[in-house]
Amino acid sequence: MYWEKEIETIPHDKLKVLQLERLKKTVRSASTSDFYGKLFKNIGFKPDGISSLKDIENIPFTTCDDLRDCWPYGLIAVSRDELIRMHFSSETTERALVIFHTAADVNAWTNLMARSMYMTGMRKSDVFQNMMTYGLFTGGLGFHYGAERLGALVIPAGSENSRRQIQLMKNFGTTVLHISPSHALHLSGVFKEVDMDPRKDTELKTAFLGSEPHSEETRKQIEEILGIKAFNSYGLSEMNGPGVSFECQFQQGMHIWEDNYLVEVIDPETLEPVPEGTMGELVLTTLVRQGMPILRYRTRDLTRMITEPCECGRTHRRIERIKGRTDDTMIIKGINIFPIQIEKKLNNIPGVGNNFLIILEREGLNDDIIIKVEVQKEFFTGDLKQLENLRSRISDALKADILITPRVKLVEPNSLPKPEGKTGRVIDNRKNLYG
Amino acid sequence: MIAYQISVFAENKPGRLAKVTAILAKAKINIRAITISTSDEFGVINLLVDDPEQGQKVLAKEGLTASLKEVLAILIEDRPGGLDKLVQLLARENVNVENAYGFVLESWKRAVFVIEVDQIQRAQEILKEDGFETLNAEELSAVEPFHYMKY
Ligand SMILES: [Zn+2]
Repeated sequence: MYWEKEIETIPHDKLKVLQLERLKKTVRSASTSDFYGKLFKNIGFKPDGISSLKDIENIPFTTCDDLRDCWPYGLIAVSRDELIRMHFSSETTERALVIFHTAADVNAWTNLMARSMYMTGMRKSDVFQNMMTYGLFTGGLGFHYGAERLGALVIPAGSENSRRQIQLMKNFGTTVLHISPSHALHLSGVFKEVDMDPRKDTELKTAFLGSEPHSEETRKQIEEILGIKAFNSYGLSEMNGPGVSFECQFQQGMHIWEDNYLVEVIDPETLEPVPEGTMGELVLTTLVRQGMPILRYRTRDLTRMITEPCECGRTHRRIERIKGRTDDTMIIKGINIFPIQIEKKLNNIPGVGNNFLIILEREGLNDDIIIKVEVQKEFFTGDLKQLENLRSRISDALKADILITPRVKLVEPNSLPKPEGKTGRVIDNRKNLYG
Repeated sequence: MIAYQISVFAENKPGRLAKVTAILAKAKINIRAITISTSDEFGVINLLVDDPEQGQKVLAKEGLTASLKEVLAILIEDRPGGLDKLVQLLARENVNVENAYGFVLESWKRAVFVIEVDQIQRAQEILKEDGFETLNAEELSAVEPFHYMKY
């Protein structure tokens, strides 16, 4: 049932004690890096200035720009000899973020991966086919090491072509896949080509969907096609990669490993913590990483904490599927607007359906914001006036919040594209505005 | 008597009306009258059909946002002043007409005037007192169709 029962089911008060102890150590060690050394000095923060978890709020946030500015070694808190591995973040900018690990870091990460996979029901009797690119990307090696630690037979299939992948599955009785959602969907066609039914002709039972944002519908579709259970997870290179947060067998949100990460959720505008259970930006602090500790890292990912206990008995809280990115931020007429603000407002207006889309246009010197809003099916009673009222209600509510009057267009239910995971709900048609 | 009209929410874009009529044609539902009211970006297609419930069902099944709306289908005389008599009554009684359209049943004899009003029960009583006859769904489907006109 549990990989590490004691730590996975640790009571909250004990977890807090553990976190504080680890946070103190992390902050002290971070202060030896160039970046945090300077930062602490500038703000007059003492490396031993943590006496409660709340004290972390005295340390400024770290952003990906900070990571870029002190590229590549500015955050290293150990002697360089201690580093045994580096990875890049998946971003393809010239100065991709680079993350360094000591042997202990790789070991801790590997353990989290094993813990995560074990949580989904994977055991040492399983055959694990890792259909992900190895290399600089964290997903390949992260899962590989974790599955080995768990004791499964690992097939490092990497980026072999689909037919070869299917052949491997068939020959070696693969039971668990690590695969991208798009590849999983593509695979169903290849199975047909080779005249195989993945539900009958393979031993597959589990897939870890990785490296691409995907919707709940896509997951369901993959589960149906392959006749498996597909698990969602969350991770980012800056926080090791995969293994930060993973679904358990109940698939109701992802447990975030709070013994390894200190979690905060903030309002990306005011940077204040949001009330527990409210949507906000995830901010993470590494609690065990030695080579490159990162404090209060703004992930730019928007989610919500689920605070109710999970049926599986694990006490580590869960996060919901990532709802979007804070860098979807729009600047309209000089005002910062987050799509999430608009979503929150829309959710409170009766008659508003599931989806909306923001379109930014530029006419002459004016920015125009057009918001397409799906009407809820049940709301429509056949009245044009009712629709017009709804439109002005939306327009007024948004105006009060974002100070700009949007052009609201009501559209039919289910007519807008469903936003997938991290991708936004914004189409910016203003050309070359901000470079 | 209260009749039912199907109202379909539609964005203002080519092909929406054609989709509605194609679905109804396929389901062998007869359209008696149709009006379209639009705002700049979206509109509502109002249909009076011989089987409103079935019509609403098939449209919804095809993914359209369709609902049934109560309307009054009033018999009037198809001669100069016929409509005026009705409209004057509604005005006198402060009945607010939100949408209206009509079609002829028998040339120079009878026509049907369909109205959407805010207080349908009260409007119905006023009409009854004044001797106007309103048709329900079955009666509407029983009358012989021919051309319609739009107001
Ligand atoms: Zn759980």
